[in-house]
Amino acid sequence: MSSYNLTHLAQLEHESIFVLREVAAQFERPALLFSGGKDSIVMVQLAQKAFWPAKFPFPLVHIDTGHNFPETIAFRDQLTSETQARLIVRYVEDSIKAGRAVEEKGLNASRNKLQIPTLLDTIEEFKFDACLGGARRDEEKARAKERFFSARDEFGQWDPKNQRPELWNLFNGRKNVGENFRVFPLSNWTEMDVWQYIASENLAIPSIYFAHEREVVDRDGVLLARSPYITLLPGEKYETKRVRYRTVGDSTCTGAVISDACTLAEIIQEVASARQTERGTRADDKRSDTAMEDRKKAGYF
Amino acid sequence: MPTATNPHSDQHYLAMDLLRFTTAGSVDDGKSTLIGRLLYDSKAIFEDQLEAIERATEQRGEETLNLSLLTDGLRAEREQGITIDVAYRYFATPRRKFIVADTPGHIQYTRNMVTGASTANLAIVLVDARKGVIEQTCRHSFIASLLRIPHLIVAVNKMDLVEWSEARYNEIVAQFSEFASRLEIPDIKFIPISALHGDNVVEKSPKSPWYQGGALLYTLETVYIGSDHNHIDARFPVQTVIRPNNDAHHDFRGFAGRIAGGVFKPGDEITALPSGRTSRITALHGPGATGPLAEAFSPMSVVINLADEIDISRGDMIVKANNPPNATKDIEAMICWFSEAKLVPGGKYLIRHTTREAKCAIKVVRYKININTLHKVEGDQEIGMNDFGRVHLRASVPLLWDSYQRNRATGGFILVDEFTNATVAAGMIL
Repeated sequence: MSSYNLTHLAQLEHESIFVLREVAAQFERPALLFSGGKDSIVMVQLAQKAFWPAKFPFPLVHIDTGHNFPETIAFRDQLTSETQARLIVRYVEDSIKAGRAVEEKGLNASRNKLQIPTLLDTIEEFKFDACLGGARRDEEKARAKERFFSARDEFGQWDPKNQRPELWNLFNGRKNVGENFRVFPLSNWTEMDVWQYIASENLAIPSIYFAHEREVVDRDGVLLARSPYITLLPGEKYETKRVRYRTVGDSTCTGAVISDACTLAEIIQEVASARQTERGTRADDKRSDTAMEDRKKAGYF
Repeated sequence: MPTATNPHSDQHYLAMDLLRFTTAGSVDDGKSTLIGRLLYDSKAIFEDQLEAIERATEQRGEETLNLSLLTDGLRAEREQGITIDVAYRYFATPRRKFIVADTPGHIQYTRNMVTGASTANLAIVLVDARKGVIEQTCRHSFIASLLRIPHLIVAVNKMDLVEWSEARYNEIVAQFSEFASRLEIPDIKFIPISALHGDNVVEKSPKSPWYQGGALLYTLETVYIGSDHNHIDARFPVQTVIRPNNDAHHDFRGFAGRIAGGVFKPGDEITALPSGRTSRITALHGPGATGPLAEAFSPMSVVINLADEIDISRGDMIVKANNPPNATKDIEAMICWFSEAKLVPGGKYLIRHTTREAKCAIKVVRYKININTLHKVEGDQEIGMNDFGRVHLRASVPLLWDSYQRNRATGGFILVDEFTNATVAAGMIL
């Protein structure tokens, strides 16, 4: 028999495309949660491929903390216009003003968790029944238990003990009124797979993923960028370093890494030899051992 | 700790294939240690993860590094020191990428094992060299067999605790081989290991000069999986129809789906089921605008263009004209029950099979199976959570199926409770 084999990256791509098409087929009002980060860029690429030559049948939704890197926002707008996608932006700032969310206090205050009410309100406003996200199981141990089709109750909550089993390629997206799903087509991808795919597809990514000079402060081993939202402690000071970002999130809790990687090939080399997980630069996950699980139960991405 | 070659440092990465394997085990049998070692030695564990485990181990007042904390991520699991759910783990070597479905081994988690097994090419069953083949060994192997995992590795663990005795190893191999005559697994291999000390895990150990085979990782890297998919019976369950309706592709009408078996080529004469209408494939498209394909096979996601405008929608199946699947409302199946609410004989459920969904009724429960012995339990028709049983189902519309033995993609189904929407059972058509 001739060898009908797919490379692992092709298998992942075909699996993700199958999941994206299942979402289009099983749900009435899906949306793609878009952050401008590398995973959501891969998601947009896969969505374009899954429905080619038609446009993908859902809008992009960005929950804007107001603390984003400007490079990411510029990139988001560029990609939206290139793909002719519909972009919906909702602001954490508005939730705070409306009294739906309360700004965290203290030293490491972050708006990461504050995205939850804005996200849930957005889901309700547009009656989204499935929100596609770029989360991967290799990112974090609570995510390792996540399903492709993750059922959420009417409060957006995740119940890790009561998840629907997923067998073969059969995804059960049935729901009652008010319930919705989070769907993660990149579940089986690793950070390395994402970078390899970006390189092999030649995808554009925001400039902050590449090495650049930036003023940062070292706080508990996390290099935080100079921004109006950070208050220096006694003894802390900004230093200019050559850095890049491994993940793109809220600038108040996403740390940079010291790096000289200026090309995709150099990034791949760096990821291959990295001894820290990408979320090792996320101060929000360092809060406790089950920080991610706790956020997800409350309705996080 | 030995260090593996960097899997990403060369051109291999883009050409690697993918092996999905499952492990089942309970407390103390070394499963977590084994997975921890595979992850650590292939550089899939990072310093911050290791530090987090060290911290957690210390907080728990335990002395040796508890590698299970790496896989047991949920709060409840860490509190109770048990694995509740399937966790998926990832690592790569220069030869292959691996997806590990790490499942709990206790009988009350049979459904989780079944879930992990459903997508696996290979199962690792751990046997404690001191205890030999026990009930749990049999149960894990039966589940692998019922779910038609084509490759099984029996890892005889804790060999260090039996002084690397060749006689003891051979005794266990003989025990298992006798029992394995009841299994339908074409490829069974045995490896003596010590997960704790890393013997025969990543590299061959000098402690077992009498063992002629390869180390576990080498076996995982080299087991041939090219024929695990069905490449004979062409099956294409339609997921959705793509109609761009734009100027550039005004007449484009494509049927999107994932190939569930066989090989399709442009020019193939096809039949659309259940209508029975025939046509011809004019083009096959892979993901995106990469140009038409010369052939497509399982498990590719493709879009098919046909020569004729025939009515086809989600749940229909495109097959080669000379090789149709079975099309019946009545099926015989082995099911594994997942729900706390027991199976209701005569009860109505939804069946999801390929991309088709229909109502169905469980007409007859023929018998229950003792999953530790594979014996039929005649007269016991009460199927509760984690039980296996044989049933006769009747669907409201014909299902387009092959036996699960012939094709996992067209022979597997799930049952869904119409009111709670929970997935209550997994089934394999006989």
